[in-house]
Amino acid sequence: MPKNNELKKILVIGSGPIVIGQAAEFDYAGTQACRSLKEEGMEVVLLNSNPATIMTDKDIADKVYIEPLTVEVVEQLILKEQPDSVLPTLGGQAALNLAMELEEDGFLKRHNVRLIGTTSETIKKAEDRLEFKTTMEKIKEPVAPSLVVEDVEAGVAFANKINYPVVLRPAYTLGGSGGGIAHTEEELREILENGLRLSRVGQVLVERYIGGWKEIEYEVMRDNAGNCITVCNMENIDPVGVHTGDSIVVAPSQTLADKEYQMLRTSALNIIDELKITGGCNVQYALNPDTFEYCVIEVNPRVSRSSALASKATGYPIAKVAAKIAIGYNLDEIKNAVTKKTYASFEPMLDYCVVKFPRLPFDKFITAKRTLTTQMKATGEVMSISTNFEGALMKAIRSLEQHVDSLMSYDFTKLSEEELRKELAKVDDIRIWRIAEALRRGFSYDEIFAITKIDRWFISKFDNLVKMEKSLQEKELNKELLYEAKRMGFPDNVIAKLTNKTEEEVCSLRHEYHILAAYKMVDTCAAEFEAHTPYYYSVYDGENEVKESHKKKKILVLGSGPIRIGQGIEFDFCSVHCTWAFEAEGYETIIINNNPETVSTDFDIADKLYFEPLTPEDVKNVVDLEKPDGAVVQFGGQTAIKLTESLMKMGVPIFGTSAKDVDAAEDRELFDQILEECQIPRPTGGTVFTAEEAKEVANKLGYPVLVRPSYVLGGQGMQIAINDHDVDEFIGIINQIAQEHPILVDKYLQGKEIEVDAVCDGEDILIPGIMEHIERAGIHSGDSISVYPAKSISTEVKKTIEDYTRKLARSLHVLGLINIQFIVTPDDQVYVIEVNPRSSRTVPYISKVTGIPIVALATKVIIGEKIKDLGYTPGLQKEAEYFAVKAPVFSFEKIRGADINLGPEMKSTGECLGIAKTFEEALYKAFLGAGIRLPKHKKMIITVRDEDKAEAVEIGRRFEKIGYQIFSTTGTAKALNDAGVKAIPIKKLEQESPNILDLILGHQIDLVIDTPPQGADHSRDGFIIRRNAIETGVHVLTAIDTAKALIDSLENTNIRKLSLIDIAQI
Amino acid sequence: MKKAYLILEDGTVFKGNSIGADKEVISEIVFNTSMTGYLEVLTDPSYAGQAIVMTYPLIGNYGVTPDMESKRAWADGFIVRELSDIPSNFRSTGSIEEFLIAQDVPGISKIDTRALTKKLRESGTMNAMITTDENYDLDSCLARIKNYHITGVVKTASIDEAYTIKGNGPKVALYDFGAKANIIKSLTQRGCEVTVYPSDTKAQVIIDSNPDGIMLTNGPGDPAENVEIIQQLKKLYETNIPIFAICLGHQLMALANGAKTYKLKYGHRGGNHPVKDLQTGRVYISSQNHGYAVDASTLDESVATEAFINVNDKTNEGFSYTGKNIFTVQFHPEACPGPEDTNYLFDQFVDMMKGVR
Repeated sequence: MPKNNELKKILVIGSGPIVIGQAAEFDYAGTQACRSLKEEGMEVVLLNSNPATIMTDKDIADKVYIEPLTVEVVEQLILKEQPDSVLPTLGGQAALNLAMELEEDGFLKRHNVRLIGTTSETIKKAEDRLEFKTTMEKIKEPVAPSLVVEDVEAGVAFANKINYPVVLRPAYTLGGSGGGIAHTEEELREILENGLRLSRVGQVLVERYIGGWKEIEYEVMRDNAGNCITVCNMENIDPVGVHTGDSIVVAPSQTLADKEYQMLRTSALNIIDELKITGGCNVQYALNPDTFEYCVIEVNPRVSRSSALASKATGYPIAKVAAKIAIGYNLDEIKNAVTKKTYASFEPMLDYCVVKFPRLPFDKFITAKRTLTTQMKATGEVMSISTNFEGALMKAIRSLEQHVDSLMSYDFTKLSEEELRKELAKVDDIRIWRIAEALRRGFSYDEIFAITKIDRWFISKFDNLVKMEKSLQEKELNKELLYEAKRMGFPDNVIAKLTNKTEEEVCSLRHEYHILAAYKMVDTCAAEFEAHTPYYYSVYDGENEVKESHKKKKILVLGSGPIRIGQGIEFDFCSVHCTWAFEAEGYETIIINNNPETVSTDFDIADKLYFEPLTPEDVKNVVDLEKPDGAVVQFGGQTAIKLTESLMKMGVPIFGTSAKDVDAAEDRELFDQILEECQIPRPTGGTVFTAEEAKEVANKLGYPVLVRPSYVLGGQGMQIAINDHDVDEFIGIINQIAQEHPILVDKYLQGKEIEVDAVCDGEDILIPGIMEHIERAGIHSGDSISVYPAKSISTEVKKTIEDYTRKLARSLHVLGLINIQFIVTPDDQVYVIEVNPRSSRTVPYISKVTGIPIVALATKVIIGEKIKDLGYTPGLQKEAEYFAVKAPVFSFEKIRGADINLGPEMKSTGECLGIAKTFEEALYKAFLGAGIRLPKHKKMIITVRDEDKAEAVEIGRRFEKIGYQIFSTTGTAKALNDAGVKAIPIKKLEQESPNILDLILGHQIDLVIDTPPQGADHSRDGFIIRRNAIETGVHVLTAIDTAKALIDSLENTNIRKLSLIDIAQI
Repeated sequence: MKKAYLILEDGTVFKGNSIGADKEVISEIVFNTSMTGYLEVLTDPSYAGQAIVMTYPLIGNYGVTPDMESKRAWADGFIVRELSDIPSNFRSTGSIEEFLIAQDVPGISKIDTRALTKKLRESGTMNAMITTDENYDLDSCLARIKNYHITGVVKTASIDEAYTIKGNGPKVALYDFGAKANIIKSLTQRGCEVTVYPSDTKAQVIIDSNPDGIMLTNGPGDPAENVEIIQQLKKLYETNIPIFAICLGHQLMALANGAKTYKLKYGHRGGNHPVKDLQTGRVYISSQNHGYAVDASTLDESVATEAFINVNDKTNEGFSYTGKNIFTVQFHPEACPGPEDTNYLFDQFVDMMKGVR
């Protein structure tokens, strides 16, 4: 069937803020889909609350609404824009849930809007546990014995029938939220209670535990005519029991014979056909390693994280094809954009091996449990490609940027054999390193398999790497050995360590032996057809396929690697826009990146894409071949910045701000000098290496002080210390990893935190706007609510900020972007607290809300254009006539054991935007977008530290006024009651029931305002209360300023009467 | 590790490790893009006279399983990037390395199979030699390599004596041109009684056995070479017995009706080929293994209409014979290896036989 001509205007719903389980993959999918729809002449209206995405650019969609993803908003938007259809399958679970609600209450039908890409029946059959089970039974597809329960007792009874352990899966949640494995009744009760609450429909599936079976996934597609294909299958190295998002995954499957492969493929096609899916779908299986027995674990009737991975792993653009199917095309009518000869109705064949490795956030949440379960915890992932598994695994490991470069990166040598055997049973993020140690000690494959259930084939591959380590240590490094080590993905630095050589020696030896990286193409068809996509990966065992290209000037754009807290999708936005800007200027563009979820690794973004780790060696290999005329590092976050020095050594000119000046901003002494010259004040402080030095500095400055390592992103390791004891503790944590650079100790100033991003052409600057943080200094800027335009600072202060920005940008010889954070004290003194001469997290946000494309401008400036010639008057731009509020979004409920207390170290995973004529409405939208939808039960708890009591009283008064019943711990209750705000005192945690915890667990509380004391807070009570609140789905605010903002937003706003703003018009 | 050399007829030499039997072989080399099913590929009689390059780089991961498409390996040689060190599968009884030695199949590993595949794609299927003799003389080797022709392979790949597998359903006479086991199994699984006949069986013998249907199977080599079989098929065409043909059988039936076949540049071998049913418009992913194709324009519409085409290159993938209970396909509905999407064709054949009865 050709294109459906009745479709003209389509509303595409995005997935909202980045949270664990729903990340950048949906920006990739959404962007690809929107471009694909526009290519067909469709008018695209886009809704997504996440301003950091590329899909919310005005060049991607015709109309762009960065508004909260709620039913009310979608309804109002449909009435305003009158689209003829809604496409919800590219926005993850968030968009699918919205579509379901709209369809269920008949809104779409009433307004003559059709759902495309799926139907509500399809969604229900796939997502509703009971319907899913019935459907699978109907087509005789096996599922594990299970029962959907709506209360705990039913779950307990069923578990007793099918025996423990059992798996619990709540219906309609993201990334397996609230799920888990229960081995005992006690565990079952705990997990089940939590899961029932998190499920949108209050249902949880209790299921036979099939842990230890192979976990296999199929990505399948179906069109309107019923044609079905498989794009890819994938095998999880971690057997069933670990969420696939947290598993090491390999594509295609490695240990399945054709019989098993086809059995599951046929099953997947049966399922997609029965569900009548039109578009993409992901089916997950558990396969008994000793029989042909299998179970369908779950079906995602939409584009997913796995489908993004499958797209990048095969070159088959699933989202693009899904969008075309949604508007009527069939698979055999859609050209394969890679080969341009074949059609979308074929199955990709790989002639390489792909490994995906999860990026887990335990470096951020050091108190969190590292155990991996069916609840996803990874914030991002890396992917790598090689002709062999060992090579792909080694590349993936070093792409993680977690100080790991081989299977030797975690030290288990101190464990006794018995301890090691015991620890092998641990299922966490460092399991394969433990397996490597076991192999070094001579554990048999059978024994390791018996404990871990990881297939012996993978274990043998780990063993190959371990044996190679040994060979390198013991044998002479001759040509054969070096070749074999490189083929298996060993980086030069690891070979150097093992052979007692320097990295340079190994590298020159390689050149002597002509052991050089060659690049192969990802072409969807195993070389059967000629392909045109310049999408490459490195190998050491083959000829080079990259064609010479020297017609245009070449620019190398370094990507930002895996998504992690502190370095998110924003940097992909910047990398992609920089690439587009260079392309527009007539450059040939080359991207190196390793993140399969992102837009930057889509095959048609740059002229050439190298899917490679971002280490100096891997980058150098590309540089040696491509010989770029320059590289840009300022858009790829810390990942790219860290490569500056290496690139310069390679002789690649850095376009934009020079490395020397980047250093000057980080180097304490150099920077102090610059500040002095510019006469700009900063909080006093000093640099130290040891705790003793730190305490000396701190005592001289007077507490509180800010302690942090230099050269980090997202405030990693940053803490506020209020006494010597804190300093000892924080320095200890920082020094767990050897520090190349000194630690900074600064006086902590309280005041308003202000942030600007600016473009500088060497002389003039352009500041699109000044952003003000709602929370006072002390909370990481990424975790603060940010308001544009700044509303509570004077014109004078704004002038000072503009002036300081200009002086700093000039002194640092900034060419491109600079981000500066200031503190404005109550007496209007402006202090600089941080300068980053590069793109920042706020760049997409400020670009969108001001309509000034600062990445494109920065790119033009980098290649020599002047701000004045680009149509802008230098300086601070005119303020907008509306307010834009960016709110952080957290994923705390996913990370067991993580403290949610906000501080100088960043903890949020994503952000959302609220934009409106009034500040209050913008704020309201931002909170709504972040999932804070109040009021519900109109009950809240307030428990604050002494310094906050006065403000808490006023906040309490206002909440009381809008009908809230307030519960408080003794001290806070007294303060409130004394001031005439009625607060019901509640017992502390250690007192007998009913106490504060019972209240939280009673599911009646909307909100907890809990501000912990400054410094290292070791109060177990506060931690338990906050964790329990989060895990019960109660909103917790740990900063008094956030609480004030929330009540500001709630007092005057009506969810049914929001003003919707098309930011494409800005 | 013993070295081996792969010498192509254009003079290109790949150096790798010797795997399998230590012997020299000259053969036609073809590539297969299946990512699983190397055992089915090795034992598919259609590969008689050919050496196979697997484009997927990691081969032998699940060892030797009972998934044999005939009693022995038919490939002349096996060319892979990497042969797995250990087989890992609950059904595995040994390694592919051991299997190749036992089956006397030589091979080569650790070569850039992608570079080789690209060469075959660009230059077309070529002859080549696999040898472990490092002192080979290139010129004399090339002369021998160029001289190689595949002939008489249908007879070799077929059986010597007819046999019957009992069943309660329709009686099928199966002409074995080098049949894959799963064609026979697909019929017996549907209850058919299958009598398997050698390729040189006279048509009259089959007609006299009064079957409910005739199955023409796959097989190796140039279809046009089988002049005698083509003559016999003409006779079968004249009867009203339902006929279902696969691959070589499909080509031979077309040849029997005056069509022409031609050699494809590098053939279709793999499990991902889309074929379109021209009557319904439905597209199926099929398993394929053929180096020759029927030129559909040479078959008059009054004789047969094109039933399937390949979505990628639009080559012929099947015919429906006008006024006859005969349908033939170029691809492999029996799969093994590959997708099972078109095995409904066997049901269709059974229905056809029942309808006629």
